[in-house]
Amino acid sequence: MIQALTLLFACQLAGELVVRTMALAFPGPVLGMALMVAGLAWVGRTSPALDQVADGLLRNLSLLFVPAAVGVVQQAGLIAQNWLAISAALVVSTVATLLVTVFTFRATARLQARHRT
Amino acid sequence: MIEEAPLYRAWVYLAETPLLWLTATLAAYVVADAISARLSRHPLANPVVIASALLIGLIAVTGTPYRTYFEGAQFVHFLLGPATVALGVPLWRNRANVAANLLPMCAALIAGSLTAIGSAVAIAYAFGAPAPIVASLATKSTTAPIAMAISETLGGIPALTAVLVVLTGILGSVLVTPLMNALGVTDFAARGFAAGTASHGIGTARAFQVSEEAGTFAGIAMGLNGALTATLFLLLPQLN
Repeated sequence: MIQALTLLFACQLAGELVVRTMALAFPGPVLGMALMVAGLAWVGRTSPALDQVADGLLRNLSLLFVPAAVGVVQQAGLIAQNWLAISAALVVSTVATLLVTVFTFRATARLQARHRT
Repeated sequence: MIEEAPLYRAWVYLAETPLLWLTATLAAYVVADAISARLSRHPLANPVVIASALLIGLIAVTGTPYRTYFEGAQFVHFLLGPATVALGVPLWRNRANVAANLLPMCAALIAGSLTAIGSAVAIAYAFGAPAPIVASLATKSTTAPIAMAISETLGGIPALTAVLVVLTGILGSVLVTPLMNALGVTDFAARGFAAGTASHGIGTARAFQVSEEAGTFAGIAMGLNGALTATLFLLLPQLN
């Protein structure tokens, strides 16, 4: 378990290091994820311990957002002052994004399937 | 008063250590997750919403500043980084499925990312929101570190953006299941990808509740949307 955790932290650290030294506006952990995939592709397999730690973290991913969500109270005043614009923008834009993304995905997949047959 | 003194002293001590709010965060999540499981993972019984509502109530009642709360909760918050790296593991396990969907993913990413930014800005502007609020909303669908950095360069308020990112995540993770069911979309790769594009990590957390396939595609969408949004706004100043 500790080996798997160390590997996760090391990938993140490497990601952060690259992002910082190259001054990129890009999150280090996302680059770390890419490094993890590259590493797994190179080795050709995952280990049971890595599977277990990764799946355990991802099954409880909701937990990790709780501290940030509690921070909503800090901006309550600013949100209350602009509640109509903010709630309209958030609700409509989120629904629109979900719809556009899923329709584009399905339409492209169907087009691709037709080309192959 | 003599009876209360030891308890009060214990409270004064505990309120200053990270242990109290770390334990409270974990306990609130255990309760929230149990409620969510009892209600068969109903989208409205979102564990992030339940747990944070419990904690917001608790810090309000005890008069605890958010800063003090976060000193304990930061240990949980810190794990977001390694968890993002961990998304690479299911991604690699599902690599055949991911490779087969490369083209739909690219098309959906571009369309979804532009819709997320464009519609949020247009609606906030139409409702007459002040410029810093509009700028703070632009990157609401992106993962928090990118969203906050871009918000600052656009003249937004990074702390407000962080909150708007969380609210968008919660909104998307509550809406995605009923919306996709109503549309009759049964492709969990497409559903997950939409959840990750519209509502980043919190949408991804919801997608993992539904299936590993949905979670994997949501994780990829979150990463790619972050990368695309950062690139778009990096190029923007050069166009002016």
